[in-house]
Amino acid sequence: MHIHLDDQYRHAETIVHALDPRSKVIILVSFIITVSLTPPGAMGGYLLLWLLAGLSAKVASIPITFLLKRSLIALPFVLAALTLPFTMPGDTLAQLGPLRISQAGTIRFVAVLLKSWISVQAAIILVSVTRFPDLLWGLQALRFPSALVAIVSFMYRYLFVLSDEVLRLLRARAARSATVPGQRSGGSLLWRGKVAGRMAGSLMIRSLQRSERIYQAMAARGYRGQVRSLEHRAIGRSELMLLAGLLILFFGYVAVTNGLV
Amino acid sequence: MFEGMPFLPKPAALHIPDGFLTPEVAALGWLLAIVTVWYALRKTRSQLGERQVPVLGVLAAFIFAAQTINFPVAGGTSGHLLGGALAAVVLGPWAAVLVMTAVVGLQGFLFQDGGLLVMGWNILNMAVLTSLSAWLLYSVSVRLYSTGHRATMVATALASWVSVQVGAAATALELAASGTAALSVTLPAMLAIHAVIGLGEGAITVSAVTLMRGARPDLLVAVKEDTIGGRSASIVAVGMLAALLLAALSLVASPDPDGLERVAEELGFASLATSPAFEFLPDYTVPFIQNGSVSSVVAVASGVLIVFGLLYLLGRRLRRDTR
Repeated sequence: MHIHLDDQYRHAETIVHALDPRSKVIILVSFIITVSLTPPGAMGGYLLLWLLAGLSAKVASIPITFLLKRSLIALPFVLAALTLPFTMPGDTLAQLGPLRISQAGTIRFVAVLLKSWISVQAAIILVSVTRFPDLLWGLQALRFPSALVAIVSFMYRYLFVLSDEVLRLLRARAARSATVPGQRSGGSLLWRGKVAGRMAGSLMIRSLQRSERIYQAMAARGYRGQVRSLEHRAIGRSELMLLAGLLILFFGYVAVTNGLV
Repeated sequence: MFEGMPFLPKPAALHIPDGFLTPEVAALGWLLAIVTVWYALRKTRSQLGERQVPVLGVLAAFIFAAQTINFPVAGGTSGHLLGGALAAVVLGPWAAVLVMTAVVGLQGFLFQDGGLLVMGWNILNMAVLTSLSAWLLYSVSVRLYSTGHRATMVATALASWVSVQVGAAATALELAASGTAALSVTLPAMLAIHAVIGLGEGAITVSAVTLMRGARPDLLVAVKEDTIGGRSASIVAVGMLAALLLAALSLVASPDPDGLERVAEELGFASLATSPAFEFLPDYTVPFIQNGSVSSVVAVASGVLIVFGLLYLLGRRLRRDTR
């Protein structure tokens, strides 16, 4: 059995898919910056940004249900911001026993929620329309440190291999851990932690050994410390226009919602 | 697709999503992360040479995969490894920083586990601060006392526990600096939760290192010799102090942390979140310092010092034992 830790790439022939990885990264980052610069109270602005994200998902033929389902990943973190309505000073919105809910705090809380939710959806769209190796190429072309990008590419390559190893380890443990219904099984908590730790230790030894073999195989094929790629792409004129248009749009939006115009 | 796969990374409490930090705070995080990662790249390059990319890449995949090795705790929840301390103890600080940075980066880009704009801080919290604090504790105590098995394991356990606490404290500080969460509630809550998570981290890391010492001691020794050096230790210590100071400064510069503090105190909200294990510093604040946020920072710093003190005493005893 293999782990198919597929990334979220969904192949389709759309204009969004066809954009250069660099353009996609720039659009995503400027979009998320735009979201983060939207003032807390500008609810219309959030709707507009969400519609823009939804529109690009539509053009890229990404099902909205997939987008919404995946966007729940940021939800647990909301707990951290949950203190805002109770602790911010400001007009009282409601009184819950000893707890006072402030209006400013509630608006701030809703804004944080919307910001993270819209940003996460935009990021999901990016990985849905870009193959991960293409994304890495784009990051490198945008002057991300090439050694770091190379490390992440290797990681991506061996993720599946090592996840298979983990699967075998977990299956071996499960096979040795018979349980009787209604009875306490397994040792103490510390013992369980120790078992997990030994599994991690043996996996680490295997990983170190594997990395040595990989390096030797690479060296035998002429690797001298540089990962080379023959890939060359050019950004077309119409794409540049689109990019410039979007950036101007984002800039204008930030200026208007922050009352700078 | 990967829905329903057991390997889907679970959102952990430390992966800050986009929107939770202000753009200014996020930018500062990226700046600090870029400088640290650049330095780590240079250090590991001179250490590993052309092995750098394959070795660190495969080990990053290892940490990612090892995070899915879980063990049942209670009530359907399970504990799992975070990995910063394990990487630091086995690989040395700078390789650990890079390995963990790759993990955080992939989690953010590929799985949206952690935001992009705030990734600088996610890298600092989960890759830089955890690895460096773990390594600092570990290497200093091993060098001061002994490289015997028991001393090393005590150092490893403490290093794992502290590394998780440092990451959690930093996350709470950043949220407070952005005005997203009240420090008086978030910091004690985060530290209390991660005090428990840290125990699991310690148990897993210690037994992983024990197994590796038994099976392949050469893997550990080879790394240890060229990473434990006095000069880099002081550089790391200074860097961490600077990071703590920056966190404190950004708190002072934040919109209204004192207001948040005061309201929380008025409501008695903070007392709900204290944990008995830490009563020597009630609410993680020092009573005689009036400014709530500064007081919290001082409390965290003295907590770190207390851990160092305990380690020192423990180490002296262990050294006597081995003689």
